[in-house]
Amino acid sequence: MKIGTPKEVYEGEARVAMTPESARALQKLGYDCAIETGAGILAGFTDAAYEEAGVEVIKTAAALWKECDIVAKVRQPNDTEMKRLREGQTLISFFNPAGNEKGLEKAKKVGANVIAMEMVPRISRAQKMDALSSMANIAGYRAVMEASNNYGRFFTGQITAAGKVPPAKVLVVGAGVAGLAAIGAATSLGAITYAFDVRPEVAEQVESMGAEFVYLDFEEEQQDGAATGGYASVSSPEFREAQLAKFRELAPDMDIVITTALIPNREAPELWTEDMVKSMKRGSVIVDLAAEKGGNCKLTVADERIETDNGVVIIGYTDFPSRMASQASSLYATNIRHMMTDLTPEKDGKLVHNMEDDVIRGATVTHDHEITWPPPPPKVQAIAAQKKEKPKELTPEEKRAQEVAAFKAQTKQQVTLLSIGAALVLAVGLVAPASFMQHFIVFLLSVFVGFQVIWGVAHSLHTPLMAVTNAISSIIILGALIQIGSSSMLITLLAAVGIFMAAINIFGGFLVTRRMLAMFQKS
Amino acid sequence: MDYGFTIAAYAVAAVLFILSLGGLSGQESAKRAVWYGIVGMAIAVLATLIGPGQGLWLASLVLIALGAAVGYQLATRVEMTQMPELVAIMHSLVGLAAVFVGFNADMTINLVDAAKAAGETVEGSFATLVAKKTNVEINILKVELVLGIWIGAVTFTGSLIAYGKLAGKVDSAAKKLPGGHMLNASAAALSLLLAFAYLGDAGSWTLVLLTLLALFIGYHLIMGIGGADMPVVVSMLNSYSGWAAAAIGFSLGNDLLIVVGALVGSSGAILSYIMCKAMNRSFISVILGGFGGAQGEQMAVEGEQVAIDADGVATALEEADSVVIVPGYGMAVAQAQSNVAELTRRLRAKGKEVRFAIHPVAGRLPGHMNVLLAEAKVPYDIVLEMEEINDDFPDTDVVIVIGSNDIVNPAAQEDPNSPIAGMPVLEVWKAKQVFVSKRGQGTGYSGIENPLFFKDNTRMFYGDAKQSLETLLQKIS
Repeated sequence: MKIGTPKEVYEGEARVAMTPESARALQKLGYDCAIETGAGILAGFTDAAYEEAGVEVIKTAAALWKECDIVAKVRQPNDTEMKRLREGQTLISFFNPAGNEKGLEKAKKVGANVIAMEMVPRISRAQKMDALSSMANIAGYRAVMEASNNYGRFFTGQITAAGKVPPAKVLVVGAGVAGLAAIGAATSLGAITYAFDVRPEVAEQVESMGAEFVYLDFEEEQQDGAATGGYASVSSPEFREAQLAKFRELAPDMDIVITTALIPNREAPELWTEDMVKSMKRGSVIVDLAAEKGGNCKLTVADERIETDNGVVIIGYTDFPSRMASQASSLYATNIRHMMTDLTPEKDGKLVHNMEDDVIRGATVTHDHEITWPPPPPKVQAIAAQKKEKPKELTPEEKRAQEVAAFKAQTKQQVTLLSIGAALVLAVGLVAPASFMQHFIVFLLSVFVGFQVIWGVAHSLHTPLMAVTNAISSIIILGALIQIGSSSMLITLLAAVGIFMAAINIFGGFLVTRRMLAMFQKS
Repeated sequence: MDYGFTIAAYAVAAVLFILSLGGLSGQESAKRAVWYGIVGMAIAVLATLIGPGQGLWLASLVLIALGAAVGYQLATRVEMTQMPELVAIMHSLVGLAAVFVGFNADMTINLVDAAKAAGETVEGSFATLVAKKTNVEINILKVELVLGIWIGAVTFTGSLIAYGKLAGKVDSAAKKLPGGHMLNASAAALSLLLAFAYLGDAGSWTLVLLTLLALFIGYHLIMGIGGADMPVVVSMLNSYSGWAAAAIGFSLGNDLLIVVGALVGSSGAILSYIMCKAMNRSFISVILGGFGGAQGEQMAVEGEQVAIDADGVATALEEADSVVIVPGYGMAVAQAQSNVAELTRRLRAKGKEVRFAIHPVAGRLPGHMNVLLAEAKVPYDIVLEMEEINDDFPDTDVVIVIGSNDIVNPAAQEDPNSPIAGMPVLEVWKAKQVFVSKRGQGTGYSGIENPLFFKDNTRMFYGDAKQSLETLLQKIS
């Protein structure tokens, strides 16, 4: 079968859904690859590079759509492209099924199978084809770059001969993939980074990236991110108030604010109000990654860079991934390629649209003259449920009480064991003669000494310990030595064999221990 | 020469033995400790030779010399990977010696009885000792020697089977004759009956029969224990050999034997306890064989095993700052320890932090991995125990798991129905990346599916550990 990628028609879109590298991998799956002339040029991939990778270059988009069984592209197809869809053709693209009823109907009518890349379920197995994540990663990084470009100072703090430079303070709101990428980029530039998210369980991830998590003083049953497939959901009015109060407190200190808060299928929540913008310092920068959905700041103008009256720059670009077209195309093409791998179980260039597969089922929005959106919930939960209860921090009194209780229990146990032991020894003493008891005491003491001594042996020396105990347990040789002088021939013979075997053990055991110990070396 | 001197020498030897075991608390003091043990043994043997054992001392010396020659050959030729086998076979020797000494004691008693009846005196120092005993003392002596023989015989066959399993000469899977534990239980009950019969002067044939039963129990008991439990088995047999020596010591009235037997016995017991704890299993369930405990539906494993080649591993290692290597029995089988050591040296030369994480039951013998790594000249201060390193995994860039499976199985913590639920494991999956060097997709010794292999941050580096590491070494200069 043939898989093709047309040039993106959306204004300003520079990405491309197939790269020479991904084409090579697709060919290994058994597909023929095709690309429209100049499709990759904005992302830095020339037609020649494609041809070298064995990709057929097709002159016009119309011809490509006609020839290919599978079409992979980036942006949601426009009306012209939708008209080119034909029966049995598979389209892999961003499709925005929630706001594209017309497109769904059209694809259903024609009988094309549409796989919407934004619908790939968020389960571990599907991460390699999660284009939303790979694009968000780029957006987060680029957001920091844009901010730095518009911010007139260093990110990192320095003390130079020409004066002291304070480090920039960056606040990232929303610690999803984009947020985390932004945190990573900002901290590696040297900024002091703060991050906030409504899901407290991401605090650990935030801290692992080197940022400080902003906690709210708010008592409410925090929702479990796992229940909503790892995405944030709408919060209560009280929570929102507490959150805004915290932001108001932070706003005057922040040099850069990057907002990434999005709730699936909803208008972006307003988190950075006008009065916060007013309280910020002149020259500060806000990058609103939610601009496409209305923005987390109401002053944001989509696709524009604006400057407020008090000199705060607000960036509302919506095409961050496209601004890094080469990188974005590589990642997106890899996502597509992984999707194709899952669609081609036999690696024979034959597409098998397996609607039993969780990932494929989830991403498919129309199949065989039917709209299959929205998909049923995936069988596997996306992210491990948050740990419900942390062990409670004990007060010093409680700790003390616990220690006392443990000590008492230990004393009790020891006394019980000792008394049982003593009773047993006494009981034996009642029947056994004195000569036996003497040996018995020695035995008991030795067991005791043994227990005390062996606990101290290092774990790493357990093998030498076994070899040594092996060697010294051949002390049984003494028994044989004593017996060998007997008048009975049989006894002498057995004793002789005993001596021989024990001697093997003594020498073997000690020598091998020495060999082993000599090998332990300090670095 | 008076026996007072011998007793004094025994006291010195006993102190030396205790010091020798105590010295094993650290690598440096251990080197001194072995000498204590050797000197202690020499003193004990010499004191016995010139004291109570002077009967045939020339013959004894020749025998010791012969034994020394064989022991020397064994000790110098053995590969470090074969340590478990060596230890097991040596245990069997101690067990057999105990059986012989026990029988001798029985025969001496008969001899003395006969001599007494005939009104003659007896020769030999042990016989004179026996002759002095009262009837009650003789009976106690018999109890002790029955115990000594019984434990010795169990140790003997048990160790032989353990040796066979470790050396791959006997199938390592848990096997039982029909009847299972009942067979063992009835054999043990029968031995008890025979022991009573023996005490009731039924004659020496009871002792022979009892020995045969004990031999059978040793065989059947160890046959029923699976390969993964071998560390416990070996340390348990170690313990038994000590108790056998102690029991014989009682019957010979020799305090040094008692002291040393008790030391060795408790040492083995503690080792078994540590091993059981490390597997979160009760001693009983190990001895009874197979994995015990409630078993429900095991959690299904989601995802797929993703393979990686040497290039990928090399790149990840180049980029990593901290690396932890988790060796297991597979490394020993593939003899890959020197390649592991070479890899460690090269990575350390590049300024990376390389450490080893050793699970208490890694390998087939307590401390087995430490010895192998030491042989390959890995410095011991970068080889850490589970407790020391488990908290560091979240900050580790790359973990390489070589030939271990259950000890890194997250199911132990995540799946309450897993047969190894609750067993302490190395939490390697918390590291940023995990590479698992493994021969194939099988489930390993215990047959338990390992969800680690399916995790997103895990990559499978298939192939024989030694060859895999060799190709990896070519990529890392």
